[in-house]
Amino acid sequence: MAREKIGETEVVNVKKQRKKTKKEHKTRTVHSNILYDRTKGEDNPNRHYSDNEIKTTKYTLLSFLPKNLFEQFHRFANVYFVFIALLNFVPVCNAFQPQLALAPVVFILSVTAIKDLWEDYRRHRSDKEINHMDCLVYSRYKHQYMERFWKEARVGDFIRLRCNEILPADVLLLSSSDPDRLVHIETATLDGETNLKQRRVVCSFLDLDCDFDPSKYNSVIECEKPNNDLARFRGYITHRSGRRDGLYKDNLLLRGCTIRNTEECVGIVIYAGHETKAMLNNNGPRYKRSKLEKQMNVDVGWCVIILLVMCLFSAIGHGLWMYQYGDKRPVFDVLSPEGAELSPVLSAIYLFLTMIIVFQVLIPVSLFVSIEIVKICQVYFIHQDQDLYDEETDSHLQCRALNITEDLGQMQYIFSDKTGTLTENKMVFRRCTVAGVEYSHDANARRLAMYQDLVDSEEEDCTSHSGTLPRRDSVTSNQSAAKVVLRSQSTKSHRRTGSRAEAKRASILSKHTAFSSPMEKDITPDPQLLEKVNHCSSQMTFKRFHSQSLSQLPSDLTDIIDFFIALTICNTVVVSSPNQPRQKVGTDSSSSLNRSSHRDCSSVLSSPSAESTLTKLDEEHHLGGPVGLEHAFSPVPPHTTEGEPGALEEGELRYEAESPDEAALVYAARAYKCSLVGRLPDQVTVELPDLGKLSFELLHTLGFDSTRKRMSVVVRHPLTDQITVYTKGADSVIMDLITLPSTDDSKGKRQRKILYKTQNYLNLYAADGLRTLCIAKKVMTKEEYAVWLRHHLEAETAIQGREELLFQSALRLEINLHLLGATGVEDRLQDGVPETIASLRKAGLQIWVLTGDKQETAINIAYACKLLEPDDEIITLNADSQAKFLSSDPSRSFQKDYAPAYSFPPPPPPSPSSSQTQSFLVHRLGLVIDGRTLAYALDSSLDEKFLAVARSCRSVLCCRSTPLQKSMVVKLVRNKLKVMTLAIGDGANDVSMIQVADVGVGISGQEGMQAVMASDFALPRFRNLQKLLLVHGHWCYSRLANMILYFFYKNAVTLIFWYQFYCGFSGSAMIDQWYLIFFNLMFSAFPQLITGTLDKDVSSETLQELPQLYMNGQNSEEYKPYMFWMTMIDAFYQSLVCFFIPYCAYADSDVDLLTWGTPITTLALFTILIHLGLETKTWTWMNWVSITFSVGLFFTVALCYNASCPTCYSPSNPYWTMQRLLGEPLFYLLCVITPVAALLPRLVRGRCVSVYERENMWDVRPYSEMLNTTGVVDLTVKY
Amino acid sequence: MMASNYNAKEEDGHQPAAIGHGGAGTVKNKKPDNTAFKQQRLPAWQPILTAGTVLPAFFVIGLIFIPIGIGLFVTSNNIKELEVTSQLIVPCYNCSQSYSWNSTKPCTCSVPFSLDQPFESNVFMYYGLSNFYQNHRRYVKSRDDSQLNGDKASLKSPSKECEPYRTSDEKPIAPCGAIANSLFNDTLELYYIDPNGSRTAIPLVKKGIAWWTDKHVKFRNPGGNDNLTVVFQGTSKPVNWRKSVYELDPSDPDNNGFINEDFIVWMRTAALPTFRKLYRIIHKKPNMTPTLPLGRYILEVTYNYPVRSFEGRKRMILSTISWMGGKNPFLGIAYITVGSVCFFLGIVLLIIHHKYGNRNHSADIRS
Repeated sequence: MAREKIGETEVVNVKKQRKKTKKEHKTRTVHSNILYDRTKGEDNPNRHYSDNEIKTTKYTLLSFLPKNLFEQFHRFANVYFVFIALLNFVPVCNAFQPQLALAPVVFILSVTAIKDLWEDYRRHRSDKEINHMDCLVYSRYKHQYMERFWKEARVGDFIRLRCNEILPADVLLLSSSDPDRLVHIETATLDGETNLKQRRVVCSFLDLDCDFDPSKYNSVIECEKPNNDLARFRGYITHRSGRRDGLYKDNLLLRGCTIRNTEECVGIVIYAGHETKAMLNNNGPRYKRSKLEKQMNVDVGWCVIILLVMCLFSAIGHGLWMYQYGDKRPVFDVLSPEGAELSPVLSAIYLFLTMIIVFQVLIPVSLFVSIEIVKICQVYFIHQDQDLYDEETDSHLQCRALNITEDLGQMQYIFSDKTGTLTENKMVFRRCTVAGVEYSHDANARRLAMYQDLVDSEEEDCTSHSGTLPRRDSVTSNQSAAKVVLRSQSTKSHRRTGSRAEAKRASILSKHTAFSSPMEKDITPDPQLLEKVNHCSSQMTFKRFHSQSLSQLPSDLTDIIDFFIALTICNTVVVSSPNQPRQKVGTDSSSSLNRSSHRDCSSVLSSPSAESTLTKLDEEHHLGGPVGLEHAFSPVPPHTTEGEPGALEEGELRYEAESPDEAALVYAARAYKCSLVGRLPDQVTVELPDLGKLSFELLHTLGFDSTRKRMSVVVRHPLTDQITVYTKGADSVIMDLITLPSTDDSKGKRQRKILYKTQNYLNLYAADGLRTLCIAKKVMTKEEYAVWLRHHLEAETAIQGREELLFQSALRLEINLHLLGATGVEDRLQDGVPETIASLRKAGLQIWVLTGDKQETAINIAYACKLLEPDDEIITLNADSQAKFLSSDPSRSFQKDYAPAYSFPPPPPPSPSSSQTQSFLVHRLGLVIDGRTLAYALDSSLDEKFLAVARSCRSVLCCRSTPLQKSMVVKLVRNKLKVMTLAIGDGANDVSMIQVADVGVGISGQEGMQAVMASDFALPRFRNLQKLLLVHGHWCYSRLANMILYFFYKNAVTLIFWYQFYCGFSGSAMIDQWYLIFFNLMFSAFPQLITGTLDKDVSSETLQELPQLYMNGQNSEEYKPYMFWMTMIDAFYQSLVCFFIPYCAYADSDVDLLTWGTPITTLALFTILIHLGLETKTWTWMNWVSITFSVGLFFTVALCYNASCPTCYSPSNPYWTMQRLLGEPLFYLLCVITPVAALLPRLVRGRCVSVYERENMWDVRPYSEMLNTTGVVDLTVKY
Repeated sequence: MMASNYNAKEEDGHQPAAIGHGGAGTVKNKKPDNTAFKQQRLPAWQPILTAGTVLPAFFVIGLIFIPIGIGLFVTSNNIKELEVTSQLIVPCYNCSQSYSWNSTKPCTCSVPFSLDQPFESNVFMYYGLSNFYQNHRRYVKSRDDSQLNGDKASLKSPSKECEPYRTSDEKPIAPCGAIANSLFNDTLELYYIDPNGSRTAIPLVKKGIAWWTDKHVKFRNPGGNDNLTVVFQGTSKPVNWRKSVYELDPSDPDNNGFINEDFIVWMRTAALPTFRKLYRIIHKKPNMTPTLPLGRYILEVTYNYPVRSFEGRKRMILSTISWMGGKNPFLGIAYITVGSVCFFLGIVLLIIHHKYGNRNHSADIRS
């Protein structure tokens, strides 16, 4: 009874709510469906929301035809051809049999329609499969969960999910079997990230002890309208009691994700079907228009103009022809069907329309379809290239945009991200500084040397010069600059196969663990630091046993411990154990419990045992150090949780992190026995040497963002019980937040000294190309914390502008920090990066590196990958206030004033530091600009100058740039310089740049899939870019360019035009309408498709050896505007020959219309095919087959057609014409001489050009090695 | 399971090509197959147009074309042809000036001419028209092939294409259309003037002048060769005709009606405005005497066909024929020309090649 009443009030509430939502339309209100009758859903407030059935198909059976046609008619060409076909139905101007005239249009439309239909059918099938998957939905009547199809789930339904199930809709998590009320999900299908993510139960249901009962649920959820932002969800839940709780993205499980590690969970559907975030994110394929296509469209326009001119010419001719007869109507001038006499003017107008039909072939109908087919084939071949396949990650190139393959051959600027693109994004902990003392980790460096491959072997070369390993150089020696010189000067790079193989093995292993290769995991601790750690921890243990205050410890020792604790806990690393991957390790009790219960579900994913033994071996080796003994002695302090000896287990822990830096740091800390053993939303368990396991109560995590460039955790320290903030972030920001004791006592001095020293080391690290991070901490008093907490909670619960508020809150927290230390993490260069850059550069590509990294790091990576050469002159632009001065005085030349002002000598001292101003253009220049300066440079008043400087530089390096700046730079260069740009990157921060560039390339590397999702092409490695551009790009471009020109040529051979002079401009055609219509569609279509797909003007090897050949495409040399006209003139000449040779041969004979027209058709076909043959540079059996097929098809069709019907095919009946012609010698004689005469000029021109060109061609010797067979110096013929 | 579904969907739009071909291979390992086709390493012939290959080609073309051209030229010259333009002779000129479609009385005239050399073997007699646009678009279409093929339905109601020559006086025209309407209807007769002055009519054969397929397949009389007068009852003759279609050759039922060969020849529309059409054949005599001995002849013309309105001209042509058709020296000249040009270019390029080739050769060595 009471329940019912509640229900009623609910309904009332609902009505109110609905009114409100109607008014506001800003939020979505979700009620439980249990409260409403499913069958009659009039009063169900959720009924307006879309259900969970997805339909990604574009058409239904009924709508297919109209809709598809409608879509196809968006293409201008199709409309044009339909127009022409319809014109045929107008009696006064019909040139062909109207039905036949429809053939080409219908053919082309149906090819496209069939393609669309097939795609749509596949979509329909996959939709159906997805819609009919099962899920458990709570039934109102049976009071239990029932199996239902996905499509039956509705907003407001309760859904029970079990381990490894896939989420059918966006579900708000209400209950979980996990004791911590957590659910782990894998989001690989959404963003490609393989690490597990935690989602938690809505906080008001947290404390629910018993199982969640949907029938008792009666809260109302108010949340955002469906949107496609995966990383955002806001809303609140209102309970009956009136209590309101905030909902965050942490509470939402997204459709398409997989539940892991959690036995069971229950949630309510919030967004269903097409309103889920996953579906809203699912955009169709990208459509871009390539440069070549734009150029082509211009020429199609010219074709139209030529067509109109020809029609006009014919129309005037016809008018005059009519006029000359005056009133005397000759017998052959037939009246119009109505019997009306046509005046010359009127008949000229009619003729104009007729001529449009007759000359329709001039506009290449099939060009658009053919280009599409050829591009699909090209994409297929690019896909299949083994060189673009990466064995380590088992991934190959993906073409996500189908229609810009030829743009790859025309690139002029490359904008590259650094991290993950040029480098591996596999972080290796290299050195650290704690409390102003540097620990250089020599042993680690030595061990790393074992993994060295191509890139690093160069570094080794330089050790032979200097005698010592550069990494082991005494810390104080500031010789990084010199080192760089040596490194880049050593040109010889010898591969060491052994270490290479090892590296490979390592990376294959790394495939199984999320990110961490053994290289990253095994860190040989620095003995000095290790000793200190051990000393310190034993001290702490000792003090604790004697209940002494910990604060009495020497500050450097506590700093060390704090440093490692910060490394361990200030991150978002998820711990899992390798035996059961995806097995969350929480507290020991729960993990052991879970393990037994989840064995079946995780077994699916369990990794091969061989691998785990290997890891174990590694671990053993690792434990075999002197530390191992001490480790065995571990007292059990009172604070540890569940005193279970987890030594064995802990050794097998694996860390999965969203960014590889984090994992590297956690592994580094583990090497010092300070290991992360478990992470829960509110608690982090750390095992410390001697002290055993400590649980830190995790109060807040302020995640990393690119503006703050740092992250912080707020924990309650278990030993001191203080509220402690650990912050980790970029040195530039952290250093500003450090406060020094104002007092001038020894402590303050010491702090200052530490700060100074650390800054020194940081610079050193950066100069070494290491990624630096600063670690800091802050101890808060209870009061301070309380104050901050209040503001923070307000921010958290705010619905509007929550992000901004949280950001402010974080800023308030991260002040007055105490510096602990800094780390240097190495990000190794990818294989083959310097070579790739060198050859891309030889190919005439400008390479700009846009990175968010520090200037020093970026410059060093730039040297390492040969972007900057040691003898390059470097202009560095670092302006803050000067920029204002700069903008205030724009009249002064940018170069003259600022280049010297801001250039400090490049790290490797070049030839005597000269006055840069004068030698500006003599030296090769490199420009380095940082984010702040970039902001001024991108300003509209200065961008021209910036570009002017940048253009004169050989390489440009933008450091510390934000994603937005990256895209602005690309946009600026693209728009202002009118060049083709390519952006390559791997992370989410490169997405905007990738989208802006003409061609976006994503590296399917370590940092998720956002870049790949946004890209046009996705590559496994940076080095693949070389083959993609130099070989495939070149091929695609030259193939398509040649094909388009050939198409124009083929269609412009308009023999009928000449005939008009001999038929009174009456629009008559000597070529049978069938031949006329199918000539381009069938008889001459296949060979050019084959050539367009397979032809190789230069072999792949030569293209890679001679990157200069790429400039061919950059300068659009295969298809220049004048070439169109050359082609047209050639076509003009050839059509003249093809017309007048038969004309003269048959002049004043008894030949009839079609007996004369058929040889013309035949020899035009031969001419066109032989022309293609001359254009084809490589002949495979497919070319032969296609040409034979074309000729065979023509004769077969002709013979069949001419034999089929003696009375049909009005207006012209070619009965038995071909058969008779085949018996006439004259026919064969014509077919031999005409193509030769028609193609002679082309052959001669080619010869002359080649002789002329040889004079100013670049070094063609490798070319000639390939080509030269005769011993005579060959002349490469270029048409 | 689900993941793969999503991926498949993802790729759907993006990579139809890969799905189409790569299917089985990609399941286990995405590594592309190492086949010559997929790696674009198909064995290929690279016709490099180098001096070594192009120069011989030029010479070969030249050497082949020139003899062919000479052969063609000689063959064409051996063909004997005589053209008689009737209008130039006064009586016929008068006829041509006065005659129109409305004239009722035929105008006759005779044209004397003489042969300088005897014509051996079969001689073909053509009539020629110039300035007659038989290829005009509307003219070409103005016929009904079904009617001409003996289709009775079409006979009664001809195709619309025949307009405005479809019906006259409410009766369908047979044969309909402008082509049929403008049938050439002059009669030509040839007489040999003996040295003693007497005229001998030369036998002109009117069978075998049309294509075999036209005569036997394409053109048929309705209802076979029954009484044509009955068959064509209810149809009207074309406007310009003097007699009905079944009166074209009353003497020979195999040459009457639609299958009259003169009619069939006319219906095969000429390609160019100046054309000739086969009119009669003068067969070779069984004995060794030439078909047409040299001497004087008279062409008797019954002038029925007005050409003045379009400034047309009529001709009569007597010609022998060779394997390559009638007399036309053009093809022979064309072959000789192209052959010579190729040969010449070959020589020029050889010289250029020697000059530049040597220079470049040394340049290569130097560098």
